[in-house]
Amino acid sequence: MSSIGTGYDLSVTTFSPDGRVFQIEYAAKAVDNSGTVIGIKCKDGIVMGVEKLISSKMMLAGSNRRIHSVHRHSGMAVAGLAADGRQIITRAKSEATSYERVYGEPIPVKELAERVAGYVHLCTLYWWLRPFGCGVLLGGYDRDGPQLYMIEPSGVSYRYFGAAIGKGRQAAKTDIEKLKLSELTCREGVIEVAKIIYAVHDEAKDKAFELEMSWVCDESNRQHQKVPDDLLEEAKAAAKAALEEMDAD
Amino acid sequence: MESAAVSSHDSTIQEIGFERTLYPYVMGTSVLGMKYKDGVLLAADLGGSYGSTLRYKSVERIKPIGKHSLLGASGEISDFQEILRYLDELILYDNMWDDGNSLGPKEVHNYLNRLMYNRRNKFNPLWNSLVLGGVKNGQKYLGMVGMIGTHFEDNHVATGFGNHLARPILRDEWNEDMSFEEAVKLLEKCLRVLLYRDRSSINKFQIAKITEEGVTIFPPYSLKTFWGFSAFKNPTKGAEGSW
Repeated sequence: MSSIGTGYDLSVTTFSPDGRVFQIEYAAKAVDNSGTVIGIKCKDGIVMGVEKLISSKMMLAGSNRRIHSVHRHSGMAVAGLAADGRQIITRAKSEATSYERVYGEPIPVKELAERVAGYVHLCTLYWWLRPFGCGVLLGGYDRDGPQLYMIEPSGVSYRYFGAAIGKGRQAAKTDIEKLKLSELTCREGVIEVAKIIYAVHDEAKDKAFELEMSWVCDESNRQHQKVPDDLLEEAKAAAKAALEEMDAD
Repeated sequence: MESAAVSSHDSTIQEIGFERTLYPYVMGTSVLGMKYKDGVLLAADLGGSYGSTLRYKSVERIKPIGKHSLLGASGEISDFQEILRYLDELILYDNMWDDGNSLGPKEVHNYLNRLMYNRRNKFNPLWNSLVLGGVKNGQKYLGMVGMIGTHFEDNHVATGFGNHLARPILRDEWNEDMSFEEAVKLLEKCLRVLLYRDRSSINKFQIAKITEEGVTIFPPYSLKTFWGFSAFKNPTKGAEGSW
């Protein structure tokens, strides 16, 4: 569903007659064209997964990280323009450390989400800045338990049980809704996220992809870290097996 | 000395009319460090003196830094806490890279050196003598940084009174291949001398060890001391008085 806002889409400081800011909507399109990013809140933590589309066979496996730790207890997965994402992550790290310097405790995830959202929103208010072309999933574990937030290019931030952005988000959201998140542990969640990413990956349009996953849960001591290699391999194997089962029908 | 410098690192602005470090207030006494066969041992007591009062008796002056290092400090305790904060952020950023690398003792030592030297140059020192020990990739490292930025590496180091009382013992009796038990015995020998002769030490020590496997900070304990000398038995002999 594309609508061209001829004349009202030249600047982010212009509203269209029907009350839309087209530049922000175009920025969201940049996110929609990137590889799928999924996050789910399980009963004991958050699991995030990224479908990293490999643009060149020359790229080293494990490079081009899409999920970054923002503090000990939280991490961000980025979809959209990678350089824009880097800027947001740097800002989030800086907000998190400055909060800890002042208040002596790790930044509550809600506070971090609000600060990052405020920053993203800032860049939609001035004509000399362009909106960020990336959406971010922020998963963290603080005193109030595990929390998952999504921040869009418009600066909007909501808290989710399960969220997906990028190419395969529609299909991914359907699959996430089928899961009983309140009963899943993070171990099981990792397998489910892998299955969903493999399922929504479009073999026809995009060739190879690399799966990157992270979690923050009781098992990881409430620290945000990459999913351990053995569990990651297990998840990949289970996902591939599930795909073959589907293809077999 | 007037100084008008803006520090971007620690966000304190030094201008004419602002205070800078003049005297230390709550101080910790000596820290000892020595390499042994499997790694490095650090020892310090748990005292914090407020002038000549032994005010705080549970001050942990040895802390682990990252995966590979131990930091022990003597001198102003609040400055030590501030240094720990800087190092905490340093290690956090190092961990967030998540690239398989981690800061080793040599790097942390260099960082501390820069920190101390730059503060000294602004006439606002962190009033500490720091001992940094660690093991990374099988390499043992033990270094010291003083409050004016003097730094060096050695097989055994000591701060404060330890330099005068403990190092001679270490120079005589330290050797390359000491086992953990031998090393602890040697450290206890030095600690006992310090306990007898350094008035700001207390009889409550902590020994910390770091090896390739990791850090262990042992719970505090006391040393047995002997005060049964004949000269002490009858203190007023020859000089009877009211006390």
